[in-house]
Amino acid sequence: MLDFIQQLVGGIALGCVYGLIALGFVLIYKATEVVNFAQGDLMMLGGFVAFTFIDQLGLNYWLGFGLAVVTMAAFGSLVERVIVRPILGYPQFSVVMVTIGLGFALRAVAGMIWGTDDLRIDTPFSTGVVRVGQLVLAYDKLSVIVATILLCVALWVYFNKTRMGVAMQATSQNMLGAYYMGIPVKRVFSLIWAISAAVAGFAGVLLAPIAFIHTNIGFLGLKAFPAAVLGGFGSIPGALVGGVIIGIVETLSGFYLPEGFKDVAAYVVLLAVLMVRPEGLLGLHMRKKV
Amino acid sequence: MRTIFKTDYDQDIRLFKHAGYYWSYGTLMLLVLLAPLLVGSYLQSQIVFVFIYAIVGVGLLILTGFTGQASLGHAAFLAIGAYTAAYMQKLGVPFVVYFPLAGGIAGAVGAAVGFPALRLTGIYLVIATIAFGFIVEEVAARWESVTNGNEGLRVKAIEVTGWTLGRDGWAFYYLCLAVLVLVILAALNILRSPTGRAFVALRDSETAARSMGVNLAVYKVLAFSISAAVTGLAGCLYAHKLSFISPEMFTLLLSLEFIIVILIGGTSSLHGAVLGAIFVVMVDPFLTLLKDDLPHLAAGMATTLGAAPGVSSGIEETIARVGGAAGLKGAIYGVIIVVFIIFEPYGIYGRWRKLKLYLDLFPLYKKATFRRMKTYVKSERNR
Repeated sequence: MLDFIQQLVGGIALGCVYGLIALGFVLIYKATEVVNFAQGDLMMLGGFVAFTFIDQLGLNYWLGFGLAVVTMAAFGSLVERVIVRPILGYPQFSVVMVTIGLGFALRAVAGMIWGTDDLRIDTPFSTGVVRVGQLVLAYDKLSVIVATILLCVALWVYFNKTRMGVAMQATSQNMLGAYYMGIPVKRVFSLIWAISAAVAGFAGVLLAPIAFIHTNIGFLGLKAFPAAVLGGFGSIPGALVGGVIIGIVETLSGFYLPEGFKDVAAYVVLLAVLMVRPEGLLGLHMRKKV
Repeated sequence: MRTIFKTDYDQDIRLFKHAGYYWSYGTLMLLVLLAPLLVGSYLQSQIVFVFIYAIVGVGLLILTGFTGQASLGHAAFLAIGAYTAAYMQKLGVPFVVYFPLAGGIAGAVGAAVGFPALRLTGIYLVIATIAFGFIVEEVAARWESVTNGNEGLRVKAIEVTGWTLGRDGWAFYYLCLAVLVLVILAALNILRSPTGRAFVALRDSETAARSMGVNLAVYKVLAFSISAAVTGLAGCLYAHKLSFISPEMFTLLLSLEFIIVILIGGTSSLHGAVLGAIFVVMVDPFLTLLKDDLPHLAAGMATTLGAAPGVSSGIEETIARVGGAAGLKGAIYGVIIVVFIIFEPYGIYGRWRKLKLYLDLFPLYKKATFRRMKTYVKSERNR
């Protein structure tokens, strides 16, 4: 039982990272109808930028964290301006391919700049545990869970209580309608990409204590996809729920099932859910009107 | 400028629309037939890869280009064809039996994938096919009694009635060429039949196709199945060409390469598959060239232009470092995809069509013919 709970906490922590990447997908998809396959690679970049600030420049952890997130936000809006805006309105498949291409390019460039070694950031959470009775919970896992909850609350407040946040919701519901209402749709897009890249950077820094920073952690993005789809691609709470489910399924199947199931468990769950509910767990089902 | 006077509806669906077709395709065929005599063994081998990639490209075009169903899992169908061939060969089944069987089994699996895919559109389908690709890759690694796991399987040369077709020989070259030509002809015939028209109709508008009496379920599954079967055939040839297969060859990256083949070639015509295959296969020799020769060349040029020795050796070092960097291939693919979609959305074949139209209409060509109309983003959420 104790094993089970510890695995569960580990799974939730991993799931939170998936959930954060999935959140990035969902934000961009909801507002701009672009599925950003480079989200995982943005997360990787966030990790590397944080490494540069904290480890190479020797800044304070919190300062480095903040700077990395801001840098990623700037990078996100740059990507939107240079690559995404020219292709809005293309068939969705082309757009997907562009973001896949972007992901490849980012991975290779990161490899050229930071090398392909495993890097590590010293964080205040890297060591230390909390003991609750017999249960031993590591700080690094707990920090991920707590930070994810905080970030989600912040995003919720932003989207529901601020003017720009409400404008973003309007844009995601009906772009043309929002345009007629005087919402600066282009600026909203650029801001959404900035937020999404910032969330990815956030996830990258959070991941630092649990995993090494490496050019290939971008592939975690491919695991976050099932998470986003599982929750219903357009649903923000769905992304987190899906992420946590995938994280738990993966960790538990790695612990209880024979070797090899861990890697495919997420995809098997995804295919099973898609067969029953093609719109995901919390997604909205809509009919096409002719 | 050629004006075709049409007197019959059948002229619209003829494979060879006018005499020019016989000349151009005849010359091309002749060149390809003579190629083994003209080029070295390395280039011949690359051309065989072009044939194999082009076969997969044709398969993928039927599904993605003409039926509008995206797939990022085609490496899985290739793997199924390759493993079928390798395993059957181990059991002593002759080539003439297992070659069609490789296509048949891949086609059956394709149909099985097509059924759940009926409910999925757009991005959900892309992700489901990615998931399928991962699962097949993992099965290939774990089902050791058949696939020999991660150690991989050796594939012997093809034997037909006591005659061995070595993987580098001219016989294998002509075999691949014949398969490619047959696959292209078959695809052309499917596409100009009612089946193909139904594919295109459901690509352009599912609702409209349905109201015209196209049975969506049947045609989507059929498109998946045909596409997978063609890819399975290519898989069999691929296994023989490489003479060794293992699960890590059939990854998402390979599926992506296939998508790049059709994206770069152009998704509107079967020409795209061949043009894209040439491009993708030739990226490799180009990269090798970049790695080996470019540093010296650049340094030599810098010295000739009067740069100090320190500067030119610095240039040499930088270029060598960039050329030798891990993941360079990925980066180049990435940049190619982005550049092509933004600047050349119709692919190489689109560029060729523009050129042809320019020559046809010489002084009167206007760029706007191919300009994309600016539209608001149409939501794919509500369909």
